[in-house]
Amino acid sequence: MTKFKDWLVAGAVLLLSKTHPSRRDDEQRIVPDAPPDPRAETWVLALFGLASLAAVGFIVVYALDRLSHQTQWLGVTLGLALAFLAAACTVIGKRLVATEELAEDYPQPDDHVGDQEAVVEIVEESGDRLSRKRLLKLGGAAAGGSLGLALLTPAVSLGPVFDMSRFYGTPWTRGRRLVDERGRPYRADGIEEAVFYTAYPEGADRETIGAPVLVVRLKPAALHLGSHKPVAEWAPQGILAYSKICTHAGCAIALYRKPTFPVTEPRPAFVCPCHYSTFDPATGGTVLFGPAGRPLPQLPLLVDPRGQLRARGNFDQPVGPSWWGVRMEKPNP
Amino acid sequence: MRWLLVIAVALALPPAALADPPPSGIVHPSAPPGTPLVELGYQLYAGNCSSCHGSKGEGVPKLGAVEGAGDVPGAGPSLRSVGALSADFYLRTGYMPLDDPGHQPHRSRVLFSNHEIEAMVAYVASLGNGPPVPKPHPERGNVAEGLHLFTSHCAGCHQVVARGGYVTGGVAPPLSNSTAVQIAEAVRVGPYLMPTFSPHAISDRQLDSIIAYVAYAKHPDDRGGWSIGRLGPVPEGLVTWWIAIVALVASCLVLAGRLKS
Amino acid sequence: MIRKVVRYLDERAGAAPLLRKALRYVFPDHWSFLLGEVALYCFVVLVGTGIYLTFFFEPSTLDTVYHGSYRPLQGLHMSEAYKSVVNISFSVKAGLLLRQTHHWAANVFVAAVILHLLRIFFTGAFRKPRTLTYFIGLTMLLLTLLEGYLGYSMVDDLLSGMGLAIGYAVALSLPFIGANLAALLWNGPYPGGHDFISRIYIAHVLVLPIAIGTLLTMHLVLVAARHHTQFTPRSERKVVGVPTFPGQTPRSIALTLWTAAVLFLLGGLIQINPIWLWGPYHVGDATNGAQPDWYLGWLIGGLRLVPGFDWTIGNYTLVPNPFWGGALFPLVVFAFLYLYPWLERKVTGDNAWHHVLDRPRDRPWRTAIGMAMLTWIVFVFIAGSADRALVDFGVSYVKQIWVYRVLVWVLPVVVLFVTKRVCEELLAGEKVESERRAAERAALLDTAG
Repeated sequence: MTKFKDWLVAGAVLLLSKTHPSRRDDEQRIVPDAPPDPRAETWVLALFGLASLAAVGFIVVYALDRLSHQTQWLGVTLGLALAFLAAACTVIGKRLVATEELAEDYPQPDDHVGDQEAVVEIVEESGDRLSRKRLLKLGGAAAGGSLGLALLTPAVSLGPVFDMSRFYGTPWTRGRRLVDERGRPYRADGIEEAVFYTAYPEGADRETIGAPVLVVRLKPAALHLGSHKPVAEWAPQGILAYSKICTHAGCAIALYRKPTFPVTEPRPAFVCPCHYSTFDPATGGTVLFGPAGRPLPQLPLLVDPRGQLRARGNFDQPVGPSWWGVRMEKPNP
Repeated sequence: MRWLLVIAVALALPPAALADPPPSGIVHPSAPPGTPLVELGYQLYAGNCSSCHGSKGEGVPKLGAVEGAGDVPGAGPSLRSVGALSADFYLRTGYMPLDDPGHQPHRSRVLFSNHEIEAMVAYVASLGNGPPVPKPHPERGNVAEGLHLFTSHCAGCHQVVARGGYVTGGVAPPLSNSTAVQIAEAVRVGPYLMPTFSPHAISDRQLDSIIAYVAYAKHPDDRGGWSIGRLGPVPEGLVTWWIAIVALVASCLVLAGRLKS
Repeated sequence: MIRKVVRYLDERAGAAPLLRKALRYVFPDHWSFLLGEVALYCFVVLVGTGIYLTFFFEPSTLDTVYHGSYRPLQGLHMSEAYKSVVNISFSVKAGLLLRQTHHWAANVFVAAVILHLLRIFFTGAFRKPRTLTYFIGLTMLLLTLLEGYLGYSMVDDLLSGMGLAIGYAVALSLPFIGANLAALLWNGPYPGGHDFISRIYIAHVLVLPIAIGTLLTMHLVLVAARHHTQFTPRSERKVVGVPTFPGQTPRSIALTLWTAAVLFLLGGLIQINPIWLWGPYHVGDATNGAQPDWYLGWLIGGLRLVPGFDWTIGNYTLVPNPFWGGALFPLVVFAFLYLYPWLERKVTGDNAWHHVLDRPRDRPWRTAIGMAMLTWIVFVFIAGSADRALVDFGVSYVKQIWVYRVLVWVLPVVVLFVTKRVCEELLAGEKVESERRAAERAALLDTAG
């Protein structure tokens, strides 16, 4: 027992006693001498202690199961451990380390003039033996260029880079039924005014931009689709279907506004929540406001003998955001 | 930068509920106790609503077509078949009465007593056979199904955590103050620019799930810490600049400046 | 002990002369020189937390049904990627802390880089002999924006899906090659093949970090080779400051730790990108008020401000709308930043080396042009949040957009001339002051004499 006590005392003395290392003469030193700052040292020790406590706290919090706000406790303990250590280093940097001002030469413009010249000479003189320099350069460039091209060629496998047909394709074909999210077909008499419905092509992948369409019903008198879109084909019973994907930036148009009292309120419209492009369903999806550059693609419809809604064909123009020459082809029928 | 600060302050404060009484003020008729509810409702209606909705709820189709009781040239839809459901919604949210028929109705202080609202609801209900006040059962709803339905029907306007949003021509209000009954009513009414979802479009059972989700979204699991509005990157950017960068520039200032010269 | 280590290293690597030089490398003493260091330490935190997250993230868009501990998502269809991030947030102990810290670190990283860039620009630190360092820095910023965007995008929550759709539209809008490029990157039209997410994943965790890390190393080597700049009244011949060791080392360690402390405290205390609230993404879904992380906010402003038109000849679409705000706008900004050193050299004819920095007022034109550019970008940025201002303050969005459409062109011009004038007034004031002092001194000498 007494032996243990002796060890403890010895250890404490070793740890706590101030050391006076033999200092070198001033002339020999590189780092300038300065008097010690015991108060700052105490601060640093305290901060080290706090940092250790917080770090241990982190481990304890991690080990606990079913602690409410565990993420917050973990963040606080780890953050504080880092902050205490940061504070300790700040005190060391500002109070314990010698403050010295050093000067060093900046590089100057003429530092390497000789070397520059030498490099130029080496390169130029090395080519002196070549008699058909221009031709060789050309040949070398051709070889290097074509090899570079060859090495890039496998990148074409990444995607159908030259095949634009998939950009025009959609899952909609004549006769395909419009179904709701659970796959139940929409009936024409189930489509009500003042609501919007999201429909998908029956039996097709829904996670493509050609799939989702918006379905609304307007009063036939309110429609102005133009002479090239007969109402019977594009709005049977006043029911209209448009691609749900904005022609501006490809977001889903998850907004249908309809006036409760049309006298004082704006007309029905689809609005894209990303950049607020606003489309008019009564006029074939033309742009009322916002950055979209072309109308919303419309899907022609037919009502089958059982009263269910079917596509009469494909959209009147490509779906989704536009590209160079987007309107050159119609979506495949 | 000051603009960002203004936004920060605005995000920190809940949108102030502004009372919007019509210019003529609210008329509270002094009916003797025992007056039938519908009769009291009619008196209240005549004093407060008829300038826009017509003397018998038939509506005023054009601005200034009818001189109303409050000398306000107004215009408003017919209330003949809207039923108790609509009246209850517009009056209990403070959407009505509206200060200007050209404005979007918005949530404001309710200026009628509960009894007065009941009377007006009874009167509007007596105008035609419209739907009654709904009785939703959010406890029967499923929050996960509600999130899914809310995303496909509502989030485009109201934002996915129901913090509100913008529509060209109007504002989709945040749903943080909406009660279960008011949500059920709004879905069926479709106030202002909102679509009117019939029970075919959203069934009562689905509606229960949506209401359960909206109730959940008022106080969702913010296990990440302070929720900063649940709006996503805009408040996150403000925290980045006004908390993190300020703190780090401060530490740069502390650490630099050791040389005196 | 120390002697042993040094001898070991020197005998095997010949490191002693280099070490000696490195220890006595001179750091000029100014707080703004530490901004770049903050960015560097954010990058360190990003790499560390990022590696941890890769152990749990599943880069796959395969459809799955969630049955985890977070009830409001139970039974919903989602991608493997999204599910794995919900699990990181809810099931992995300390996972949410590391994930949030990672995201905060990304936000703070870009902010620190931009502050650093502003300091470099307005003090003329980009001039010869440091132009190369400046170009590398700009390239890192460009890669960082892309890196951040990909990180935001691969989680496959509602916001990231919408962000990817917009990125796709911008890629598609590039003149002539847009559609082919998009077909190549996405493996077909949006949302692309199942391999798309592994592509952006490997870009996010390997290709871009290595590219940024390499450029970072070159950046630091070049800084050391040319030495730090310094402010007046120092000379062009000698750099004055504190040595790496012991002077600078504890300060740099402290700054590393302060940066990490701020990021971990934010990560634990302030919720960022709560993807479990946004829900999974499906092509047909969207939410109001979707925004990118702040450092891409200027692009959403650009996309929203452009009036609705595609550039067409007859019925032939040449340039679709997203190009202007989403591609040309950042292109102009970065082209300006890359070309500015050359432009300034051409106009001023100043081809000399500069180790001593300008105060912003010393170069009224540069400061004015920089401020005008900054105003332009910041106002487009603010226009991107006009919808939120509408909800919170009730100002009409359509009116706001029209006001911004005018302001983003008028304000920079106003700021240009005001800034130039302010700089000149400040300089004139200093001149008067120094003349007054000189006169006083002369008068004092006179009376003394």
